[in-house]
Amino acid sequence: MAQPRADTTTKIILSASDLHRVVDRVAHQILEKTSGATATVLLGIPTRGVPLAQRLAARIHAFEGIDVPVGSLDITLYRDDLRLHATRALGKTELPGGGIDGRRVILVDDVLFSGRTVRAALDALNDVGRPSSVQLAVLVDRGHRQLPIRADYVGKNIPTSLSESVRVSLSETDGLDEVRLTGSDK
Amino acid sequence: MIKHLRSAADLDAATATLILDTAGEMAALAGREVKKLPTLRGRTVVNLFYEDSTRTRISFEAAAKRLSADVINFSAKGSSVSKGESLKDTALTLQAMGADAVVIRHPASGAPHRLAQWVDGSVVNAGDGTHEHPTQALLDAYTMRSRLGRIDGLKVAIVGDVLHSRVARSNVLLLTTLGAEVTLVGPPTLIPVDIAAALSKTTKVSYDLDSVLPEMDVVMMLRVQTERMQDSYFPSAREYSRRYGLDGPRMRRLPEHAIVMHPGPMNRGMEITPEVADSSRSTIVEQVANGVSARMAVLYLLLGGKA
Amino acid sequence: MSSYLLRGVSVLGAAPTDLALVDGHISGTADSSAEVIDASGLVALPGLVDLHTHLREPGREDAETVETGSRAAALGGYTAVCAMANTSPVADTAGVVEQVWRLGREAGMVDVQPIGAVTVGLAGKQLAELGAMATSAAHVRIFSDDGFCVADPRLMRRALEYVKAFDGIIAQHAEEPRLTEGAQMHEGEVSTRLGLTGWPAVAEEAIIARDVLLAEHVGSRLHVCHVSTAGSVEVLRQAKARGVRVTAEVTPHHLLLTDELAASYNPVYKVNPPLRTASDVHALREALVEGVIDVVATDHAPHAVEDKECEWAYARPGMVGLETALPVVLSVLGERWDLIADRMSRTPARIAGLTGHGTDLSVGSPANLTLVDPSARRVVDPAELASRSRNTPYAGTTLPGRIVATFLRGVPTVLDGKAVK
Repeated sequence: MAQPRADTTTKIILSASDLHRVVDRVAHQILEKTSGATATVLLGIPTRGVPLAQRLAARIHAFEGIDVPVGSLDITLYRDDLRLHATRALGKTELPGGGIDGRRVILVDDVLFSGRTVRAALDALNDVGRPSSVQLAVLVDRGHRQLPIRADYVGKNIPTSLSESVRVSLSETDGLDEVRLTGSDK
Repeated sequence: MIKHLRSAADLDAATATLILDTAGEMAALAGREVKKLPTLRGRTVVNLFYEDSTRTRISFEAAAKRLSADVINFSAKGSSVSKGESLKDTALTLQAMGADAVVIRHPASGAPHRLAQWVDGSVVNAGDGTHEHPTQALLDAYTMRSRLGRIDGLKVAIVGDVLHSRVARSNVLLLTTLGAEVTLVGPPTLIPVDIAAALSKTTKVSYDLDSVLPEMDVVMMLRVQTERMQDSYFPSAREYSRRYGLDGPRMRRLPEHAIVMHPGPMNRGMEITPEVADSSRSTIVEQVANGVSARMAVLYLLLGGKA
Repeated sequence: MSSYLLRGVSVLGAAPTDLALVDGHISGTADSSAEVIDASGLVALPGLVDLHTHLREPGREDAETVETGSRAAALGGYTAVCAMANTSPVADTAGVVEQVWRLGREAGMVDVQPIGAVTVGLAGKQLAELGAMATSAAHVRIFSDDGFCVADPRLMRRALEYVKAFDGIIAQHAEEPRLTEGAQMHEGEVSTRLGLTGWPAVAEEAIIARDVLLAEHVGSRLHVCHVSTAGSVEVLRQAKARGVRVTAEVTPHHLLLTDELAASYNPVYKVNPPLRTASDVHALREALVEGVIDVVATDHAPHAVEDKECEWAYARPGMVGLETALPVVLSVLGERWDLIADRMSRTPARIAGLTGHGTDLSVGSPANLTLVDPSARRVVDPAELASRSRNTPYAGTTLPGRIVATFLRGVPTVLDGKAVK
């Protein structure tokens, strides 16, 4: 990651303890909205959606003793912006043993922004099975949607300007838990 | 990311590993009901084949189609190529057609290098003369890694007509880049001069198959064409297979875990006996399946980003 | 008859002097009508003589003609070139060699001395009418199947013997054909890496070794074309020490370029014999200085674009060389003018029996000479070549020396670096 320049500011939006509380809340909301997470599968979108999905599953287990299957769904091969960047390495797609057919799939990602990642995830999902329904859980919703997509579970809404960027760090991937907002002063 | 795959020497260890990892993901996707991916939609891949090689062409075609690329097969037979059109003129035609990648199979060594000078798109070498066949080496490395869990530190014997083998050259380059130790085995007439200096300093040469087998993790048998007899590379098919063919007793000299590979098509009875080819050590069928995954990985990594 | 006064010229690097060219000869004085050329800073060399030029006419006038090749030669500082016999039809009869000779006279830029084929159609089966070519208007003295080796030892022996009757010489393209079937480049590390069929050094050395023994046995003159390996140098050194009447040439490209260039698969670097290794280049340079190799000959081999803009294996071997030979030799040998004059003019003229060429620039000598600006540096641009073909391996290379003027029997063929006609 590039170091913030002198004319930029960095603000911590969620500290580690904030982040843990937010995950706990989303886990409770999932339990509530899905009547105890029956016939539900959590699919994390690599990179940071995968540990988030695992954390949600762990919290659900801690609260209710329910084991929700967790998997990962890489969407790289379905992206609509491949030609705008250097070639990306692929993430892992690992569906839980029972598969996703006939189940409620909750896609888990760190940041909801344009909605294009979720669009790609829906396409990818379509090629791997036929869930009964699909929901979306995100840690941060920063707005600026470019597609008619909304999240079912939002950890925190953060109004941002387009010149700002949201950086989610998780201990599994980045060594610490934190969400930062970096952006220009102007 | 690299632009062309003309030689296995185009790949450093990181890039080669990325291709193998990507091939692994592609292989996982191959198991599902919907095998097609939208990744290369709108991209055009031309298979430009100056030699008959149905296996390789079909493998590339399947790879490109699974990634939703438009595939144009341009074979030397029944096209303007057989009327003597030069490679350069063909290249300009492909350029005008907007080919994003050209997969070329050609009897002349270095034809992919020439082609890359005349087209803007990516060039993938699908076998050029007696030079290289880098995607074969990638699928071979992928197969080794799937079976044995690693490549670094593996001892690999490549046995047979190394002199005329594009598979051998690409494998030596790629495997040594990934940390394997390669021993080339064959009659001295079929081992090219200065091979270690030419390809990789760590490459060893042996003329005695029996002595190297007990140490090997992988034995890769090369196809030996019987025509080589006429050029006095060896006296007879019988003597060749006695000294360098892999049969049951020889196979049993290998360590328990060792695998036997062959790029195909095989000359059963010449370099390999049916007992060996059909044994559980043989990866020959897997190699074919892995070929599609490896080529998908290559096409994705060459075409899946900003040009 | 025109006369010229070259003012302040340095003959072979000596102190500046004036050189008068009157009535085709070098004269002690020039009269007042002489055209004065300021030659200060320029070095005068006897006109260069090339023992090995492919002019392609008759047959491949799309690649070169006697006229375009003559112009290229003059621009390269040459006043005489020996035209190889592998034309179409082959120069294996008095008729063809006379035609080439006549075309050379008509072009009038350099003396074109035809070389006759050793065997009919270069086929290596039957001697061509060597005597008829020798007594023709073309006065052929050198015979060569260049492009092919006279591989049959009995035929080679007969050829060497037969030409003694008219003081002829056989110029051998030393390449054992069975050892070079399908060969594409020097056999070694690079050919192994590139997967191109190797042309082993021994294929050249074995023929030279055989031929010096044959020449010794029958007491004939042998000339070895385009020597390319360190091993060949050793064979020649030993033969010369024994007194065998053998001479040898090396090309400018074998003095400068190595087989590594093939890694681009650009056939502009494909040539026969092939570019060799750096240690071969080193040995060839030493041999040229020592005199084990007698002359530099260009093996100027023009090829049409379509014969080079293709796959390596399908390309024809050869490089154009007349216009870059002296700059390449200068870059290799440095400004050793007397040595250069010897290897590029005097000795080749002697071998070819061209008595009007390669003479010292002293009063009374034929005024065949060239003026070189040794301080100039030029980037080789294929588009600027006078040759009809563009297959130079030096495109984009900076080479020392510029040929400013060339005089053939006192008449300028090149002035100010431009061909006069």
